Amino acid sequence: MKLLNFLRGEAFQRGVHPPSHKEATADRSIRRLPFAPQLVVPLSQHIGKSPKPIVRVGQEVVRGQLIAQSDDWLSVPHHAPATGVIEAIELRPSARGPWVESIVIRVQSGSTQEDLWGKPQDLSNATPQELLQAIWDSGMVGLGGAAFPTHAKLTVPKQAHVHTLVVNGCECEPFLTCDHRVMVEEADALMAGIRYGMRATSAVRTIIGVEDNKPDAVKAIQAAIDKIGATDIFVEAVPTKYPQGSEKMLIMALFGVEIPSGGLPVSLGMVVNNVGTLAALGKLLPAGRGLTERVVTVTGPGVARPGDYRVPLGTPLKFVLEYAGAEVNSRQVIMGGPMMGQSAASLDVPITKGVSGVLVLRGEDIAEREQRVVYPCIKCGECVESCPMGLNPSILGMLASRRDYEPMGSHYHLGDCFECGCCTYVCPSNIQLAQQFRIAKQVLRERATA
Amino acid sequence: MSNTLRPPLVAAPYAVTPHNVSRVMLWVAAALAPATVFGFWLYGWPAVHLWLITIGFSLFGEALCLRLMQRAAIPVLLDGSALLTGWLLALSLPPWAPWWLGAFGGLFATIIGKQVFGGLGQNLFNPAMVARVALLISFPAAMTVWVAPLPLTNPAAPGFIDGLRITMGGLPAAFDGVTSATMLGHAKTELSRGIDLAHSLVTVGAPADDLSGARAGSLGETASVLLAGGGLLLLVLRIITWHIPVAMLTAIAIPALIFHAIDPTRYLSTASHLLSGGAMLGAFFIATDYVTSPNTRLGQLLFGAGVGFLTYVIRTWGGYPEGVAFAVLLMNALTPVIDRYLKPRIYGRDRRGKALEIAEESTS
Repeated sequence: MKLLNFLRGEAFQRGVHPPSHKEATADRSIRRLPFAPQLVVPLSQHIGKSPKPIVRVGQEVVRGQLIAQSDDWLSVPHHAPATGVIEAIELRPSARGPWVESIVIRVQSGSTQEDLWGKPQDLSNATPQELLQAIWDSGMVGLGGAAFPTHAKLTVPKQAHVHTLVVNGCECEPFLTCDHRVMVEEADALMAGIRYGMRATSAVRTIIGVEDNKPDAVKAIQAAIDKIGATDIFVEAVPTKYPQGSEKMLIMALFGVEIPSGGLPVSLGMVVNNVGTLAALGKLLPAGRGLTERVVTVTGPGVARPGDYRVPLGTPLKFVLEYAGAEVNSRQVIMGGPMMGQSAASLDVPITKGVSGVLVLRGEDIAEREQRVVYPCIKCGECVESCPMGLNPSILGMLASRRDYEPMGSHYHLGDCFECGCCTYVCPSNIQLAQQFRIAKQVLRERATA
Repeated sequence: MSNTLRPPLVAAPYAVTPHNVSRVMLWVAAALAPATVFGFWLYGWPAVHLWLITIGFSLFGEALCLRLMQRAAIPVLLDGSALLTGWLLALSLPPWAPWWLGAFGGLFATIIGKQVFGGLGQNLFNPAMVARVALLISFPAAMTVWVAPLPLTNPAAPGFIDGLRITMGGLPAAFDGVTSATMLGHAKTELSRGIDLAHSLVTVGAPADDLSGARAGSLGETASVLLAGGGLLLLVLRIITWHIPVAMLTAIAIPALIFHAIDPTRYLSTASHLLSGGAMLGAFFIATDYVTSPNTRLGQLLFGAGVGFLTYVIRTWGGYPEGVAFAVLLMNALTPVIDRYLKPRIYGRDRRGKALEIAEESTS
């Protein structure tokens, strides 16, 4: 099969080629977004226990100051994204819908976006443990979208051995260009972050995989590698195909090996990190600062000034959209990319650490999708030919529609589905397969714990 | 909460292809149109009437079932699948067949062939072929009365009213002179009488004539070039893939090539096989039916090869001169088995579905 892939010029099997729509933002430099008058920092932004606030209402905070702390291994601290006053610690709407405990900061007018709080540290002789602690302290999570705590991801389990740090610069989601811009503009910081990552994991080499539709990013990274004279860091262009940015697909493309079902890359001696995460680490760690902002692609047919913006964490969507020139309602707004993002519950929802894009679709496009006739499955096999995991979404979908969830998991390996959405993308019957699978997985999870 | 609205009723992915079932069906119909119009021209008004009646009853059968189930019929009829079923069946009927043949076939196709199984997507067998085979077995005489081409432009061709009379009343004696045999049928009959192909084929014309399609045959099967053209359109539009047509035509061509080389007086040439009967119609429009064919590319290759090979076997050694419909049905029955065994290997698992072992030093 490997030879076949080579002849076809494909990295992994199947997958889809949605229109990229990246041209609106790919060539524009990252711009700063000013502070919104009020920032909202949800305490829980990913799995793990939510950190505890360590500030009081009415207290003044300085940008970069620690405002929430946790001793749970799977959760990270938060830092004040702006200088101002803690206005409230209360329930606020989150991207997924439910209201969650959040710290609300009234931003002091005229405050600077320079980081004021930080403790420059010399990590050149730090042990892996000290590095991991520093990473944990920075509040870093995977900026690619999953928002998994970075220190935990870089921690090598006891029996395991890591030889390769894989850096994911694929950015296969249509519309999104934040990783692209970071690779072009912050390649030096990326190199610094890679060094930290390699030392934390004891990896002896690093391979950066970039989709070949971003030759300028490959060039910028290669220049940065040459600049520091690194012989153990490589950048490799991989074919542009969705979902190349899934770590399973990227490892397949780079090494031609598969992660065993149920396993992690570490079982193959690899750790995968996103380019944005490592570039941010490269800037934050030496300065001893926390994560207070991130690059977000604001784009889509409804945006007058699309671009990649450096957005203070906690900025409400409404403010981001106003600044980018989008007069819209929440029904049109997707947080993340069009393939795996989710629609915003309201425009009061803040930008959190895991939000890589704000995509504004046309209202009529959403309405058109809603009104599409859903036909029965005609077994055309398009989904089977698109599933990068080799599952049979057609059979899974038929089981899901009669709520026969057990065999989906036990017999058709629903657990291997990572909800990339290729099946739904190609389905001529307009069946929302990916959503059916999310529901089925949730039901199976609940049954397993019940 | 002025900016909180009803969330969209769709979830990720928000990007989708513009394909939809009804558009697919309409494109297939469009691809069939040239060969159909050619059939109308070739066989005149009776063919038009039969086509309309077959499609009409196939739609009626579908609507009837839906009404019996107390479901709205119009939205389902709009998916275009019943139209296409009726259309394909009509193309496989003798062009001057009496109306009740089309009517019975149309009803049989959508009621027994499709709705009894649960409607679109649920049927195991190709509904048009189920109906055609049912007609062939039930009414063998009516299903094998072929007419020689009598193009509309020919002054002897029946007009609209005469055409209607032919379709409604059966073949009137006045037109008896124009009945003919299909090339495959003629060859088979003559072979059974001990007359070899070198002598029998002289009267029905060489394969070169087949290319034009101006010969006796089903309403829409003779225009091989137009059918292949329509098939190419579907390939270009990526509505079908090459796997089934290529596998099927190859599996007809290879045995034909071998046996014709061994004894050209007993076995028809490759060109005769490919250009006559339902080979082209079957390869591009019938065997490629999504519902009743396997859903992996490898499975489709096997399926197509099976249809092609069985077609050749039935034509050459079977009791019927033409075998596409039987071959398609036989392979339809095997489709679930093919899908069961020829499925993609899941990433990170072996062929049996067991998680891969973690290999030491597996990279670099």
